[in-house]
Parts: sequence; C-alpha cells; structure tokens
Amino acid sequence: MTATTATKPSLPNRLAGLGRTLVSPRGAVFLLLIVLLVMIAVLNPSFAEPGQFIRFVQRVAPVAIVAIGQYFVIVGGEFDLSMGSVVTAQVVIAGNLIGQDDAKILPVTVFMFVFGALVGLVNGLIVSFLRVPSFIVTLGMMLALLGGVLYWTGGAATGNPADSFREIGRGGIRDLPVIDILPWSVVVLAIVLGLAVWFARRPFGRTIIALGDNATTVRYAGARNWWVKTSTFVISSLSATVAGILLVGYAGVHPSVGRGYEFTAITAVVLGGVVLGGGRGWVVAAAAGAFALEALFTLLNFAGVPSTYRDAVQGVIIILAVAYAATTVRARRRGRALETPAANSPADQTPPGSDPAAQTSPAPPVAKEPDPDSVSARPAPIPSTQRADNETKGGS
Amino acid sequence: MRRRITVVSAMVGALALFTLAGCTTDPNVAAPSDDAAATEESVEWFDQELFDKQDAERDVVPEGPEGQPWLQHINAEMIDTSEFAADGAKKACFANASISNPWRQTGWITMNQQLAVLQDAGVISEMETRDAQDSDDTQIADIDYFITEGDCDIFLISPNSTAAMTPAVERACDTGKPVVVFDRGVQTDCPVTFIHPIGGFAWGIDTAEFLIGELEEGDKVVALRILPGVDVLEQRWAAAEKLFDEAGIEAVDYFTGADPTEIKKIISDELAKGDVAGVWMDAGDGAVAAIEAFEDAGVDYPVMTGEDEMSFLRKWKDTGLTGLAPVYSNFQWRTPLLAAQKIFAGEEIPSEWVLPQSPITAEEVDEYLAANDGMPDGHYAKFGGEDLPGYPQVWQDRVIP
Repeated sequence: MTATTATKPSLPNRLAGLGRTLVSPRGAVFLLLIVLLVMIAVLNPSFAEPGQFIRFVQRVAPVAIVAIGQYFVIVGGEFDLSMGSVVTAQVVIAGNLIGQDDAKILPVTVFMFVFGALVGLVNGLIVSFLRVPSFIVTLGMMLALLGGVLYWTGGAATGNPADSFREIGRGGIRDLPVIDILPWSVVVLAIVLGLAVWFARRPFGRTIIALGDNATTVRYAGARNWWVKTSTFVISSLSATVAGILLVGYAGVHPSVGRGYEFTAITAVVLGGVVLGGGRGWVVAAAAGAFALEALFTLLNFAGVPSTYRDAVQGVIIILAVAYAATTVRARRRGRALETPAANSPADQTPPGSDPAAQTSPAPPVAKEPDPDSVSARPAPIPSTQRADNETKGGS
Repeated sequence: MRRRITVVSAMVGALALFTLAGCTTDPNVAAPSDDAAATEESVEWFDQELFDKQDAERDVVPEGPEGQPWLQHINAEMIDTSEFAADGAKKACFANASISNPWRQTGWITMNQQLAVLQDAGVISEMETRDAQDSDDTQIADIDYFITEGDCDIFLISPNSTAAMTPAVERACDTGKPVVVFDRGVQTDCPVTFIHPIGGFAWGIDTAEFLIGELEEGDKVVALRILPGVDVLEQRWAAAEKLFDEAGIEAVDYFTGADPTEIKKIISDELAKGDVAGVWMDAGDGAVAAIEAFEDAGVDYPVMTGEDEMSFLRKWKDTGLTGLAPVYSNFQWRTPLLAAQKIFAGEEIPSEWVLPQSPITAEEVDEYLAANDGMPDGHYAKFGGEDLPGYPQVWQDRVIP
C-alpha cells in the first residue's frame, strides 16, 4: 500500500488512495475493524453509544498495549512469547505485595517495572549473545515465570490489592459529557500508542525495523545490534507490565489473567499486517489488530454463538483474516518487484504525507531495495539472500 | 533462513490459534473422550435417575455424629471392612488431581491438619502425596508409582477425570490394599468407598430453584462456567439448565476458565445487549469480578448464586445483593483419612459415602462471616476444620503444605 500511495504522489485522488489503503495489508485491519464494529452496532445498537464504546476501548486497552509491545519485537525480527506470563506475574506480584496497604503502592509499582525490565533484559541478552532463537528463549521464560507463579500461588486466586491501586484499571474521569466516563485505561493506551508512534519514527525505532529487515546492513551501518534487539524485549516486557497493572484493576488477581495474551498479541500484530520475521509493519495497525480481535470476540458474544463452538468460529475467522493479509502482502510484493527500479527514487524522496499509512514508509523502501549493485559490491551475500528468501516465501 | 521463518511462523500461528481457541491447553480439561462428549449438547450430561436421586438426598437428614458433617452420611449402605483391620501406624498414599483452585487448596490444608491428628494418634505413619497438576497422564503415572514402589498400606485417590482414571484405580484395587476415592468419581465400584458430597445435580437444583424463585418468567440469567468436561461441573449446569428451561428463564452459558478478565467481558457484553436479571455460577471463583462488572456498568445488582468462598460472601454482604452460596462441601477433604482410620480399625463404613451438602442462605451468611473472620478471600466457609489443631491460624496464613 505504501507502494501504491507513495509511488504516485502526483495523483491527488485521496479517496482512491484510501480505498487502496483499506484493502492493502496494512489497511486491511482497519477495514476489518470497521466491518466488525458496524456488524456489532447493527446487532446491538446500544454498542454504538459513546458511553458503551468507551467501555469497549477500556477493555481492549491491555491487549492493545501488549500488542504494541509485541510489535517492536516482531518488527525487529524476533518473538516474545513471555508477554502473557509477564502479565500474569505482575498481576500476582501486585496482588500479593500490595495487599490492602496503600503505602506500598508506589514502591511495588516501581519494583514491577524494574522486574519487567529485567525480564526483557534477560530475554534480549540471551537472544543476542547466546544466539538462542527468541522463540525458545521466551518460551522458556514463559514457563519459568508461570512456574514461579504456580509455586507462589499454587495456581489459585489470591486477594485483590487495595482499591486505590485498582482504580487505574477500573476507574476513570467521571461525569464527563457524552462519554460519561473516560477510563484511565483509555488514557494510558493513548499515551502508550502516542509514545510508540513517536518512538517508531525516531532513528532508534527505525533501526529496530531495519534490524528486522536485514541485520547485516544494520551492523554495517554502525548500530549496536545487540542493544537494539535487547531493547525491543525490554519494551515488550514493560508494555506487558503496564497491561498487567491495568488488568489488576480491571479484573482482579487470578493466575489465569494474562493467559494467552502473547498469542493474542502476536495474532493482533499479524492481523495488523506486520510481517513475521520483521522489517515491515506499522505500530498503529498492530494496535488496530488487537481492537479487531476483541471486536470479533464481542461480535460472537452478541451474535449468540453457543459457547461450545464459539472457539472454532473464532479460529476460522482469524485464519481467514490473516490469510487475506498474507495474500495482499504477496500481491504487493509481486507488483513491487516489477516496479522497483522506477519506484525507488521517488519513494525515497516523497516526504511523509498526511496519509497515516505513509508514516513508516521510509522503512519498507529501505527494506525493499535488494539493490543488486550494492549487494554485489559487498563480500557477504547474506543480505540479499535473506531478502530473496523473504520474497520467495511470499511468492511461492 | 527461509525455512526457519516459515517454520516459526507456522508454529506461532498454530499455537496462537490453539491458545485463542479458548485455552484448550488448559490442563484442567478432562480426557479426550470427555472432550468429545462436551462438544455435544449438555443434555448428554443430564441423567434423570441421578438427578432424582440427588434431588431426594437434599432433603434427607444425614446420619452420623452431630456437628461433624464430615463423618455424616446420607442413605448409606454400610459395608464390612474387617478384612483390612490391622494394628500399628500405616502409610497412606495420596494421588491428588491438583491444588490449582482455592477450593482444593483449602481442602488440602484441612486434610493436612487432619493428618497431623491421625499421626499423633498412631493411625497413620506418613502420607506420601503426589500432585498430578490437573494432568490425567501424570496422575496415572502417580498411581502406578504408588502401586509398584510406594509401599502403601492404603490408596487415597482424588481423580482428575472420571473415565481416564478408571483403569489406574482398578490397578490399585488389584493390589488388595484398600482404595478410597473422593471428590470426582471413577467408573468402577472396586474402591472400598467413594466419598463425595451429594453432587452436581443437587447444586444445580439448589441454585436454579433459588433464581427461579427470585426472578420472573422471561428474565435473563447469565451462566458463568469454569470449563467443560468435568462431571461435577457439567452436572451442575445440566440440572440448572433443565430447570431454567422449564421455568421459562432465558439462560445463556459461557466458559470463563475462572479468568476474571473473561468474566468481566462477558458480563459487560451481556449488559450491553440488555438487562441481566440473574447470574449463575458453577463455582464461586471469579464471582467478585462478575459483581464488579455490574458496578462498573452502573446498573442494579443481579440475583446471584456464587459459592461459599469468602470473597463472594464478603462481596455479597457489602453489596447487599440477593444471593445464595451453594456449597460443594469442602470438609470432604477430611473424610478420606478418617475413612482410612475406620478401615484399619475394621469398622463398618458406607460403600458410597454421601456427605451432606447444603447451601448458605442469606439468613446464615452473617453467621458464616463471623465464624470465618480473618480468613483470606480464597478460604471456604464450610471447610469444617474448626476442631482441628492449628485453627484458625493455619487457615488464616494459608501456607500451602
């Protein structure tokens, strides 16, 4: 989609561009989200009321924040399967350490962030220096954390922490016009999303995307790969910590809180058109993927699908949605490959327009240029190999 | 590289769907055979004969020592155990399904205090326990280990699932040593005794009758269920669903995995759809989250059935809602060890030991709150350990043994 909009800057037809954006992989998730929301509203008009809708946003906030964290890891070329268990661990930590004592809220919150950062640091360092695939490292971290939680709690719920701590996930600014209540969760989500968008556009954020696309070139460009990679894991663990704090408030303490969040987040990120393996994707689309997933669950609730086969319906719809995203990615790559020589230079010179989809456009062009000349000038054929592999994967 | 990415993508995709598909990785889910049954309509779990039996047992005055419900029994057929009579302290081997929910944890603490009493009395020398952590496979291995290497004098088994555990229990019976099964059942009558409260149908009848009495025809009840495929839970819903159906109450059921996030979502969605007059739960775990969802939405509290878990009783009292706390008698965790004592003494015991099971009503809730003052939220009011050493400190500290 970036391709289509960016390569034809002279075309002022915004509407056509928007249409193309919506059916393109990065935009598909927004289309899906709109369709789902409209369907929910048709089934249940009260959902469209601002007060109800803001509650929906509140509920999605933790998943969306986890998806944003997962985005950075995935776009950097790795996976973080430990996010759900970090959420669980933080929820249990909050429940057990804070208890009913308001004075402990601040120190325990600080501890939770330190703990979150530490988990991410360990994940990142092992992936970077011991060269263990992140899939395995974070899977191990997931098991270690869940085991720790099981050891600590025996697998059953413990008491909820003080109500004032839970306020951030449960409460909000009340007595507002139109929406009645602005939940703190929504505010936190807006801040996290804003930070993520800003961060993704900073040089460091772009380096993450570049790292996922081609680690070798990033190294030659002078970046410290290990630090870039490790920081993505720290970001994901910290976002899981934020989600955990919101969930303690929203739901309460239970060892099942956070279960499956890593996969929900990965699915959301993929649904948002982010390429597994890294190098492409837009953080806002990843967050939108989380919204689309939750909207899907809500839709099935409203449609009255019986609980016994609801999961099956969910699974099929997710497969179809991801398959659609994959098909459009493939189509785009084919088209792109043909246009490459002509399209490159204008794409690079195009300033990021008001089209939100163009925000990360600098990255894909960088990613997309398997410029044969520059590659052959390099001794190592690795960069082009990787890119070619990705292309083949998409095309075959 | 290409292969790696493809394989990893495939793995992630598969796992993601697996997990999203309602946490089928949950180890609590019963054996595959049960799963298959669970996907059918829940009518399959309905058993008119058992329903009638349990319905009748609710009104029977139990026999046995006054004030010690863990030794009482309903409609018991007594059997002779003199063949097992023996002197001296014996070794008990306990194959436990899990301690992964607050109900089992509370019972497990009580059981350990009871064990201490029997050890002091010289009845039991030691109890070797294996925790199967909700896994059928693990529990089968645990039982087989006990049979071959445990040097056990008696087997105490709390089965993880009904069908899968039957052969292993039969193998334990084949050793000639006494076998005591409690909580969930098995499909064999080879154990010396099977100890359980009246059962799931009685729970379903108590709760459904309460809700039907409080609600009008056409009112909506949201049923929050933990997981499919476990007989004691399925029977609760099977009975309630049938009664709701007959009374014209609109009931929709959801599986929550006891996850409070899930419960809140479900209730919020249901409230967005329309009024919810009642909430029915097949276990009290997560009841507080359900009530909070009503608070957050700013609507009236529902008529609600939870469980005798302290968190629910406290929230019930705080909010003043109309409620009932059905009970799946937690004191049954004491009974297997006491049964062992009777077996080694050669006394008569019931072949099927049906313990009393009666809900806590609004009139009784103050009494149980006072009696369990200072207990943690996960504690169960009818835990039946008041006469054991360590009361109340051990239950208040709630350190899992």
